[in-house]
Amino acid sequence: MAEERRPKQCTVVLPTESMKAMAESIGVGQLQEESCAALSEEVSYRIKEIAQDALKFMHHGKRCKLTTSDIDYALKLKNVEPLYGFQSQEFIPFRFASGGGRELHFYEEKEVDLSDIINTPLPRVPLDVSLKAHWLSIEGVQPAIPENPPPAPKEQQKTESTEPLKAVKPGQEEEGSTQKGQGATSAEAKGKKDGLMRMKPRSTHELSVEQQLYYKEITEACVGSCEAKRAEALQSIATDPGLYQMLPRFSTFISEGVRVNVVQNNLALLIYLMRMVKALMDNPTLYLEKYLHELIPAVVTCIVSKQLCLRPDVDNHWALRDFAARLMAQSCKTFSTTTNNIQSRITKTFTKSWLDDKTQWTTRYGCIAGLSELGPDVIKTLILPRLTVEGARIKAVSDGPVVSNIDKIGADHVQNLLLKHCASVIAKACPLPDNVEQYRADYGYLGPMLCSHVVKARAQAALQAQQVNRTTLTITQPRPTLTVSQSGIGGSGGSRTPSIIKVPSSLTLMSTRPGTPTQPSPPATKYIVMATSSGSSSTQQVITRTSSSVTSTVASATSTLQPLVKLESGGSRPLQKYIVVSLPSSSSLESKSGVLPPSSSTSPILLEARIKVDCSDSPGASTQSPH
Amino acid sequence: MAAVQDGQLNMEVEKDIKTEITNDGSGNINANSSSPGSTSSGGKSKSPAGSGEDQQTLLAVLQFLKRNKLTESVDILRREAGLSADADDSPVSDSAGAGSGGVPNVSADGGDANSLLSRVSIATPSIETSSGFGCGSGGRACRLQCGEDQPDVNVVLSAYSQQGDPVLYPLYYNGLKKFIESVLDCHRAELSQVFYPLFVHMYLELVYNNHENEAKQFFEKFSGDQECYYEEDLRILSSMSKKEHMKGNETMLDFRTSKFVLRISRDSYQLLKRHLQERQNNQIWNIIQEHLYIDIFDGMPRSKSQIDAMSGSLAGEGKRDANKAKVFYGLLKEPEIEVPLDDEDEEAENEEGKPKKKKPKKDSMGSKSKKQDPNAPQQTRIPLPELKDSDKLDKIMNMKEATKKIRLSPDNLPSICFYSFLNAYQGLTAVDFTDDSSLIAGGFADSTVRVWSVTPKKLRRVKSAADLSNIDKESDDVLERIMDEKTASESKILYGHSGPVYGISFSPDRNYLLSSSEDGTVRLWSLQTFTCLVGYKGHNYPVWDTQFSPYGYYFISGGHDRVARLWATDHYQPLRMFAGHLADITCTLFHPNSNYVATGSADRTIRLWDVLTGNCVRILTGHKGPIHSLAFSPNGKFMASGATDGRVLLWDVGHGLMVGELKGHSDTIYALKFSRDGEILASGSMDNTVKLWDTLKAFDDVELDDFTAATGHIHLPENSQELLLGTYMTKSTPVIHLHFTRRNLLLAAGAYNP
Repeated sequence: MAEERRPKQCTVVLPTESMKAMAESIGVGQLQEESCAALSEEVSYRIKEIAQDALKFMHHGKRCKLTTSDIDYALKLKNVEPLYGFQSQEFIPFRFASGGGRELHFYEEKEVDLSDIINTPLPRVPLDVSLKAHWLSIEGVQPAIPENPPPAPKEQQKTESTEPLKAVKPGQEEEGSTQKGQGATSAEAKGKKDGLMRMKPRSTHELSVEQQLYYKEITEACVGSCEAKRAEALQSIATDPGLYQMLPRFSTFISEGVRVNVVQNNLALLIYLMRMVKALMDNPTLYLEKYLHELIPAVVTCIVSKQLCLRPDVDNHWALRDFAARLMAQSCKTFSTTTNNIQSRITKTFTKSWLDDKTQWTTRYGCIAGLSELGPDVIKTLILPRLTVEGARIKAVSDGPVVSNIDKIGADHVQNLLLKHCASVIAKACPLPDNVEQYRADYGYLGPMLCSHVVKARAQAALQAQQVNRTTLTITQPRPTLTVSQSGIGGSGGSRTPSIIKVPSSLTLMSTRPGTPTQPSPPATKYIVMATSSGSSSTQQVITRTSSSVTSTVASATSTLQPLVKLESGGSRPLQKYIVVSLPSSSSLESKSGVLPPSSSTSPILLEARIKVDCSDSPGASTQSPH
Repeated sequence: MAAVQDGQLNMEVEKDIKTEITNDGSGNINANSSSPGSTSSGGKSKSPAGSGEDQQTLLAVLQFLKRNKLTESVDILRREAGLSADADDSPVSDSAGAGSGGVPNVSADGGDANSLLSRVSIATPSIETSSGFGCGSGGRACRLQCGEDQPDVNVVLSAYSQQGDPVLYPLYYNGLKKFIESVLDCHRAELSQVFYPLFVHMYLELVYNNHENEAKQFFEKFSGDQECYYEEDLRILSSMSKKEHMKGNETMLDFRTSKFVLRISRDSYQLLKRHLQERQNNQIWNIIQEHLYIDIFDGMPRSKSQIDAMSGSLAGEGKRDANKAKVFYGLLKEPEIEVPLDDEDEEAENEEGKPKKKKPKKDSMGSKSKKQDPNAPQQTRIPLPELKDSDKLDKIMNMKEATKKIRLSPDNLPSICFYSFLNAYQGLTAVDFTDDSSLIAGGFADSTVRVWSVTPKKLRRVKSAADLSNIDKESDDVLERIMDEKTASESKILYGHSGPVYGISFSPDRNYLLSSSEDGTVRLWSLQTFTCLVGYKGHNYPVWDTQFSPYGYYFISGGHDRVARLWATDHYQPLRMFAGHLADITCTLFHPNSNYVATGSADRTIRLWDVLTGNCVRILTGHKGPIHSLAFSPNGKFMASGATDGRVLLWDVGHGLMVGELKGHSDTIYALKFSRDGEILASGSMDNTVKLWDTLKAFDDVELDDFTAATGHIHLPENSQELLLGTYMTKSTPVIHLHFTRRNLLLAAGAYNP
């Protein structure tokens, strides 16, 4: 293993070009090639020497990350004057540039507008060191409190659920220890080790009194009448690390709840339950796969059920369907594997009931929503070919003899939904120009309307240079209760410091697909991404959650950061400014070192792209919050 | 053979002179001019070709001794070697004489003498007088060299100047490799130990003689064969590819200044010796003679696992006789204190942590009724501070607490209370608890030391001198009155260091705090006034750790300068300096009886030092990484050590034996502690876990017969998993310190890394 590495180790030297560049920078031109080679070897050796010493300081500093100060001390050890002026926070943001046959790494220094700095509210003073005690273990048993890590890490939950047999054997030592941590007495564990290694350990399903109380409180709050309590409960579900053992209860609660409330047409409760599902899915420490058999039917029910509320003509059950469809799409993305084939099964289900002529408009709407949330590819292959047929059906309802009002509303909604989703896809896929006749020929009744939507979409895309985020426009639809949850969470975080904005809910809800920034952003908004310190975990803010639903790369990066988003309105100017403040956290080097470099460069861009869209949409976004 | 060697030597010297000539060029030129000369020199020495080299070595040694005025040793050596008194002078006079001759082969001769000299790095005047071109300048070059460097380094380095054909090195090595692979299984493991030191020295020799490319090839070819635990050293070695690098490189010096110690059974050694002599493999034989110390023992050759358990340190294993000295590991007898009446107890509780009355009470409880532990040192072996009243009160408290102690066992694990340092921003570098668990101190990378009180009792300062003079000194509560109530707070910050604080230690009486820092000082702080009392300067380099003696007064410090120093708080000079480690001293610890000091080092050894004599009484090898934590069992009999390799090793101090290996951690172990009764060992690591181990079982499982005790060839049972009693994950908080309270509650501390 080490053999492959070692030869490399002894040959790593700085390129001679660097020597030349450095020599030039201090005014020595025309350095001989041999001198360069000799210099580079010498310099490489010295650098290695210093790095080795610096490692000592790292070890004694009880860190696993080398800092610039370590290097300073190492230099001091060698009686070399340390470098002054490098106070790196997390990484040294060297930028790379090439051109004209030269390659350069440079330290980017932005021009800073002093008035900006003066006007910016001061960052919070870093908190002083403090001491906090908690029980890591009580007589050998680790209590499930927020200060302790979740009893079963997500990885283990995953292996248990996907490979139940494998989980026992190789993880035996780990399992043995965690089992003990979870409460099995050591005598039991010992017995297991001695003879019963093969047997899958019987998992205990007893909840402690505290857990039972917690469960009761949470479920009551989730379906109760107090919105503030509910927001808190959902927040708890979404963030608490110790819910693993309660997961079966929650999943049953949701599944049963949906079953009962669909029959009773209790729209509010269904919405609350869906929000619970969302919170569960947001919790990074939970691995839901084992409970999908209960959760997915519940969610699908909320998408396609014929009737979800008592007064279908008045109540906005469409929003619930949209929300549930988005949840469905998210779980497809997260949990679909080649073995369970969730996505294809779900797609089949939706398509089948959509194709059925007798299907109600409500169900029809749900099917289309569910399908279109699955992504542009699904829309292209499954929805577009059906537009003509669907158009005819809608025409029949709107132009035909007056049927029930409900049908008409349903048809309207289906029409809007189709237009909304298809327009973006067509705008991307079809070549210009948009010919009304052509559209009519292709898509029948819906053609002309589609055409105008596509034109609009194109215009918007050109304006925003953000084709992907077209989907965020959907949020401007009034969708009352669902968005409240989002802003509620944002608000609870924001209450800590007044300068933290409530990120428009659209930011959170918006698309689950990866954003691909395509063109330079317009100068309307300006972002300063800076690093300062933030300490306690309670500053875990909205962005974290947002990004975790955005793309995987960003999620892995930002979930380890603790960003705060601050808003400063630009006074008379129409532009808004976001300052994304993030503290580089130090926690797990392993996870970060791999991910950080790409993400640190991409996440601001993504954010930028996203927030920008929101700005342009802000009227829509703000209109929904009062609901 | 000798002829070729001499030619090379000559080349070497020439190169020293004409540094501007490139490698290949100089080699060719010199080889041409010197080969005839060297043959003649070989003839002149009138010795068989094989022993010519040995004689040279002898002569070099003689000259070295002479220079250092060790006349006695010179005489002895001469007698032993059967050399005449003038033999050592002959080459010099030879060369001088030949030089005056002015024949072409003279230069070679002169070079010969020079090379000899360069090995001991002295230039005798006789050389300077010689008129030959080669030798004259050669002499000057030598002069120059020894002027530039510390003589020691030069001596050390120049030992490498003796060398063979660089192209043959891989052949030699391969030959030996083939041989060792072909020997019987039982010997193979033992003989394989030779590979690593041999590899290192051959590589260094190549580098020293400027065969950079050969060295690189040699390294690439054979570095993969070395044991994986040497990887760290190999990396350092690999970066060293030029002669210039060797000067001042510490690792290099370590290899040179100390012989690599191998333990090989007599049979295996004979095999090796025979093989090398048969093959006339002088190159390897010389290295073995010069740079290796082979500790030959009679008996069964050791198995691979036995060897692996013990090897891994920078300079091989400890010599067997290094661990033969008797160590009094028993505890000192506790002074008998009458358990006071209840009302006095109350008082004791109240007066805890208050300044002491400086009234030493006479040691009246001299009733020697209790039997002295045969393994314990004399009570007065080293002078210990006398007990003060307050100490006695504390002892009483201790005893009272001990009666409430929870008996721990595998079925009755301790509770763990974790103290997280929040908002420390990775700056927490050291933590210590007082023995009664009332105070916590933290050392930080920003040079501060912070002290927290974890009891409701706040930290207060003594009033200023002016205020103190107003106090009624006769009053009963004078101790209370001297405290400044206005300064009461839960934590205090101590400013004074100018670099990260790496080591911290409370005095047993809780009046003082020690801290050691990157700035090279150890500071003593008063916990009455919260000011710095003394800065102990002695280490010029970062001081990695410091520790108070369990009886107070003495303390130990160790750091980057590889010397551990024993201090007394009232002396600004160290009382003892313990030198011997080959790399930074990373952790220090007093034995519970205060007569010994253990130091762990980055050279991957642990040494035990006798405070009285200053001798090193134990060298414990087996770790494969720098050692970062040490712990003595409460009875003083056992020691545990943790290193960057994530393993905890258990040692029997009395026998100097490794008695256990606890695997389970995946990162550096920074904290180790035995429970108050010694049944359970807690270890805390960078991998964010606290693990509990069953030490009673670990010590029971080891069967110690006379043979293993005598030879130290312990066979370790593979039972880490059975010994592991529990693993407790923290939430991204590395565990830096562990402490068992007097009632056996485990306290852990670390900084939360969000």
